[in-house]
Amino acid sequence: MHKLKATNATRLLGFILLGLFLFYLSNTVDELRVYQGATVAMYVIAISSIILLTGYSGQVSLGHGALLAIGGYGAALVRNNFNAPIWIAFIAAILLAAFWGALLGATAARLSGPYLAGTTLALAVGLPSIANQFKFLGGEQGLIFDIGLPPAWLGQTFSQYKWFFWIAALTALIAMWWLQNLLRSGYGRTWRAVRTQSVAAELAGINIARSKILAFTLSAGLAGLAGAVLSMTISTVSPGAFPLSLSFALATGAVLSGVTTLGGVIIGSVTLVAIPEIADVVAHQVGASENATTNLPGLMVSGLLIVAVLFVPNGPVEQLKKKRSK
Amino acid sequence: MFQLLNTFLIGITAGSIYSLMAISMVLVWRSTRVVNFAQAGLAMLSTYFGYEIIHRFDSYWIALPVAMIAGALVAAGIELIFMRLLLKHSSQGAIASIAPIIATLGLLGLIKSIIGYFWGNQDVIIESPLSNVGFTIGTQTLALSPMKTFIIAAVVFMVLVLTFIFQRTNLGLALRASAYAPEISRLAGIKVDLVRTVGWALAGAAGGAAGMLQTANGNGALSPDSLEFSLLLAFGFIAAVIGGLDSLIGAVIGALLLGLVLAFVLTYVGGSLVFITAFVLLLVVLLIRPGGLISQKAGRRA
Amino acid sequence: MSLFIENLSVHHGAIHAVNNVSFKVEKGQLAALIGANGAGKTTLLRTLSGLNKATHGKAHWNETNLLHEKPEQLVRHGVSHVSEGKSVIPELTVKENLEIGALWRRNKKEMVVSLNEVVELFPRLGERLEQRADTLSGGERQMLALGRSLMSKPQLLLLDEPSLGLAPLVVEQIFQSIKDLTSSMGITVLLVEQNAMGALKIADIGIVLNLGSIAVTGDASALIADPQVRAAYLGY
Ligand SMILES: Nc1ncnc2c1ncn2[C@@H]1O[C@H](COP(=O)(O)OP(=O)(O)OP(=O)(O)O)[C@@H](O)[C@H]1O
Ligand SMILES: [Mg+2]
Repeated sequence: MHKLKATNATRLLGFILLGLFLFYLSNTVDELRVYQGATVAMYVIAISSIILLTGYSGQVSLGHGALLAIGGYGAALVRNNFNAPIWIAFIAAILLAAFWGALLGATAARLSGPYLAGTTLALAVGLPSIANQFKFLGGEQGLIFDIGLPPAWLGQTFSQYKWFFWIAALTALIAMWWLQNLLRSGYGRTWRAVRTQSVAAELAGINIARSKILAFTLSAGLAGLAGAVLSMTISTVSPGAFPLSLSFALATGAVLSGVTTLGGVIIGSVTLVAIPEIADVVAHQVGASENATTNLPGLMVSGLLIVAVLFVPNGPVEQLKKKRSK
Repeated sequence: MFQLLNTFLIGITAGSIYSLMAISMVLVWRSTRVVNFAQAGLAMLSTYFGYEIIHRFDSYWIALPVAMIAGALVAAGIELIFMRLLLKHSSQGAIASIAPIIATLGLLGLIKSIIGYFWGNQDVIIESPLSNVGFTIGTQTLALSPMKTFIIAAVVFMVLVLTFIFQRTNLGLALRASAYAPEISRLAGIKVDLVRTVGWALAGAAGGAAGMLQTANGNGALSPDSLEFSLLLAFGFIAAVIGGLDSLIGAVIGALLLGLVLAFVLTYVGGSLVFITAFVLLLVVLLIRPGGLISQKAGRRA
Repeated sequence: MSLFIENLSVHHGAIHAVNNVSFKVEKGQLAALIGANGAGKTTLLRTLSGLNKATHGKAHWNETNLLHEKPEQLVRHGVSHVSEGKSVIPELTVKENLEIGALWRRNKKEMVVSLNEVVELFPRLGERLEQRADTLSGGERQMLALGRSLMSKPQLLLLDEPSLGLAPLVVEQIFQSIKDLTSSMGITVLLVEQNAMGALKIADIGIVLNLGSIAVTGDASALIADPQVRAAYLGY
C-alpha cells in the first residue's frame, strides 16, 4: 500500500481546517453544547499532557489535578493582580505549572512505578487544600477568574459561553499542534527509547533522568494550561474544583484515548463529557429509581474503563491500526 | 503536656487504622505486583455488609468478623476473575505501567456505584459499640476512649496474627516465596496462582477490618462518597509507600509515622496543612530512600 | 520408566528454538545435554518442566505427559527443574529456601526428615540455615538450589548449567555430588552444560544440540572419543 506522507504543511492545514470546522460548529449548536465543547477542549489539553508523560516517557501521574490547580491559580492571580490580558494569564499558568513540574520531575526521575504513583497521589490530595492556609489564595471560596465579556466587534448576540469555547478551542488547537511536532521530533524518539529500553537508551548516551524531567516539565506546563482553561469556564478557582476524582478522570480519559498515541485524545475527552449525559438519558428512558439514576454515570465510566483496559489496552486508534495491518 | 499526650494518642489511633489499610495494600502488592486502589472500595463494601449485620442482629461484634470474611471473599473473587484477565491482556508496552492502577481505579468506581445503587448515597450510621467518651484523669479528658482502646488492641492483635502467619506457617512461607520469585516457587511445587488468591483474601479481610474500625472511630457515618474512605485510601497507600510497599512491618511503621505526624500538624500547626504534610513526609522519605523505609534490596548480590 | 521425547518443537515467536528433537533417557541414567550458546538447551528444559509451551511433539516421563501439566503439578509427579543461574530466593533464609521444595507434600514430619538428609549431604548449608540466601557464595547457592530440588523427592532431575560461574575446583565438586547423589538415589538426570567435557565425564549418555536440532547422540564415553565431537564441542 502506498502511504501518504504527511508533511508539516499539510498537517498545519489540517489543524486550520479543523479550527474552521469547530468555528462553524459553534454557530450551529445550542449554548449547552458550546459550553460542553469548551470542557472537551480543556480535557484534550489535560489528557494529552498525560499521554506525553505516560505514553511517551513512561512515568505515571495520579496527581495531574494538582498541576491543573497550580495553573488555574497562576492564571487567576496574574489576571486579578495585574489586570493582564487572557493570553498572558494563560502563559503565566503554563510557566508556573512547568516550574513546579520541573521540581516534581526531578524527584520523580528517582522513583519507579508505584512510588511515583504514591507521590503524585499525595500531591493531588494535599495541594488544593493549601489554598486555605494562605489569604491571597482566597481560602475555600477561592478566587474569581473573570476573563471579561467577549469583544464588542463579535456582536450583541455573541454569548459568553461561545467566547469561552472559542478561546478554549483555539488554545487546544495550538497546544496540539505544538505537541504533535514535539513528539515527532528527536525528543519524541528519545522518550520512546527511554520508555521501552532504559538500559539500551542509557548505553546509547541518552541522559535518562534529564529526558524524564523534561517530559515532566512540559507535561506539567500543558496541565497548567488546562487548569487555566478549566478555571476560565467556571469563572473561579477554588480547592473544590480540583478534587482527587479530577486526577482520576484524567487518567481514565488517557486510557480511553490510548496512552501511546495522540490521535485518540478527542475520543477520551468527548467520552468524559458525554457519559453523564448519556447515563441521564438512559436512566430516564428506563424510568430507573433515584439510586440507579445517581449511580449510572459512575457505573458507566468505571465499566467502560475496565472494559477498555482489559480489551483495548492500547486505545481505539492503535487497535484500528492493528486491525488494518492484519 | 496533656495536649501533647492527647495528640500522641490521636495519632496512634489514626495510624493504627491506616496500618491495616497499608497492610492490605502491601499484601496485594506482594502477591500480584499491583497497587490496588480498589482496596478502599472493598473496605467500604465490607463495611456495608457489616452495617447490614448490625441492622439485623444489632451487634457490632458479629458484624466485624463478618465484614472481614466478606472482604476476603470479594477480594479473592476479584483476583480470580478480574486480575487474571488483566495480567493476561495488559502486561505489555506503555500501558503495562498504568493498566493495573487504572483498572483498580475503575473497580473502585464500580464498587462505589454498586454500593450507591443498593444502599443509596445518603449516610447510613454504624453506632460505635463502645463509648467514644474519653477516660478522665482528674479534670482532664484523655483522647483515649474505650472504643479507641479497642481499636488499638484489635489492630495490634491482627498485626500479630498476620506476622505469625507470614513468619511461622507454611502458608506464610508460600506467600513470601511466591511474592519474591514466582517462577522458582512454581518449580518448587507451590501453587502460585492459588497463593496469590489467598494473598488477596487476607488483604480483603484486613481492609474490611480497617473500614469497620475507621467508621466506628469517626462519627459512624457511612456513604459511598464518604471522606473517611478517601482518607483511608490515600493515607493507607501513602503509608504503604513510605514503608516500602514490600514489608508488613514497613507498612505499620509508615502508618504510625504518618498518623503521628498528621496529628501533630493538626494540633500545633493547622488543619489546612494536614494533607500537604502527608505529601511532604512522603517526599522526604522517598528522597532519602527511593524504595521506602524498609526496602528489601539489601545484602549480597550476584 | 524413562524420559521419552519425540519430535519436540518449541518456538519463541518466530524463532524455532527447539526443532524436532527426539531422544530417550532410561531410568537411573544421567544424560548430558550439551551445545553452544543459544542452541536451545534451556528452552528444552523449560518445556519439559512446564514453563514453556511446545509447538508440537511428545514428551513423557513414565505415564506423565510433560506437555500438559503446569510446573507445580509436575513436581508432584517427581519432576524437578533447577533453573539456569543459581535459582535461590535471596530474600529468604537458607532453611526457608530448602523448605519451599517440600511444602507441596503438606507433611511437617517428612519435611524435617528431608531437611536433615539435605543438610547431611551439604554440611555447608547446615552451618548456614538461618542466614539469608543472598549472603551465600556462588557455589553454596548452587548447592542450595540442588538441595531445594532434592527436598521435593524428585525422580527426574532437570539441571540447567549448575557449573555456571563457578571456579573449576568447585565445578568438579558439584559434578561429583550430582553423580553420587543421583546414582545412590536412583534419580534420572538430564544435565544441561556448557562445560561439555566435565558433563560427559560423569554422564551415561550424551546429547549434542545444534541450533535447536540434535547433532549427535550416543554413549558419553563414545562421544568423548569421537574426533568430530571433540573438535566441534569439546574444543580440542
Ligand atoms: N523468551 C524468549 N524470547 C525470545 N527468544 C528466546 C527466548 N528464550 C530463548 N530465546 C531464543 O531461543 C534460542 C535458544 O535459547 P536457549 O536459552 O534455549 O539457549 P541455550 O542453549 O540455553 O543457550 P545458553 O547456553 O547460552 O544458555 C536463542 O536463540 C534465544 O535467543
Ligand atoms: Mg541456557
